[in-house]
Amino acid sequence: MIDKLDSTLRFHQLALNLRAARQEVLATNIAHADTPNFKARDFDFNTALTQAVERGRQSGSLPMAGTSSGHLPGVAGGGVDAELLYRAPAQSSVDGNTVEMDVERVNFADNAMRYEANLAVLGSKIKTLLTAVQQ
Amino acid sequence: MPVSNSSLGIFDIAGSAMTAQSQRMNVTASNLANADSVAGPDGQPYRARQVVFEMAPAPGQAIGGVKVARVVEDSSPLHMVHDPKNPLANADGYVAQSNVNVVEEMVNMISASRSYQANVEVLNTAKTLMLKTLTVGQ
Repeated sequence: MIDKLDSTLRFHQLALNLRAARQEVLATNIAHADTPNFKARDFDFNTALTQAVERGRQSGSLPMAGTSSGHLPGVAGGGVDAELLYRAPAQSSVDGNTVEMDVERVNFADNAMRYEANLAVLGSKIKTLLTAVQQ
Repeated sequence: MPVSNSSLGIFDIAGSAMTAQSQRMNVTASNLANADSVAGPDGQPYRARQVVFEMAPAPGQAIGGVKVARVVEDSSPLHMVHDPKNPLANADGYVAQSNVNVVEEMVNMISASRSYQANVEVLNTAKTLMLKTLTVGQ
């Protein structure tokens, strides 16, 4: 039962983790808008989420040892391992910095909105589960 | 490449950027204030200073905050002004003034202020998101 609850929410956990990580990468880009030779980074959210789900389905790289048939298959999760890429700048600057503030700001706002959307969906899912529990 | 897993990282990153930008603003203020200085305490005319930003990632991380690596002095030639009445004038009647370029410093100041604002906005967004996360399921 607990396992089922966990697997219902795991997808959202993965997605939120990745959104938070991407938010951090974009925050770094904005922070380094004036650092010479800094190259703007980002990762492809779709690919990263697909990989994370795949990894979860293969029951994890770090399974817990089960010594009895009654033990639940615990999976170590939470680590974010996304492949960081470099952004191709539309207009590069003289000091070798590839941060384009408009692009970063748009991506940051977009990512924040999607994070909130994800939270909303997760919240309603939890409410549904709570309703089922209380009946 | 591993990315750290706590949204608290955003606060560190944006905070370090704000510190760095305000340091840049400080240097700009010093340059602008000394634009007309003729001699510092060492007897030498003031030279414009610039901060150099650098990435400061935590060990094993690909991303990280900003740190001011060093403050460099501008080596461009001093501004020579003809003013024979000045006690600091040389034999030809020229006084060496600081090499601050006021226009450049103004641009620097506006750029620093804009970057600071951008980071404040990042911080606010991160804060909103974290507060929303705390109320999930309620």
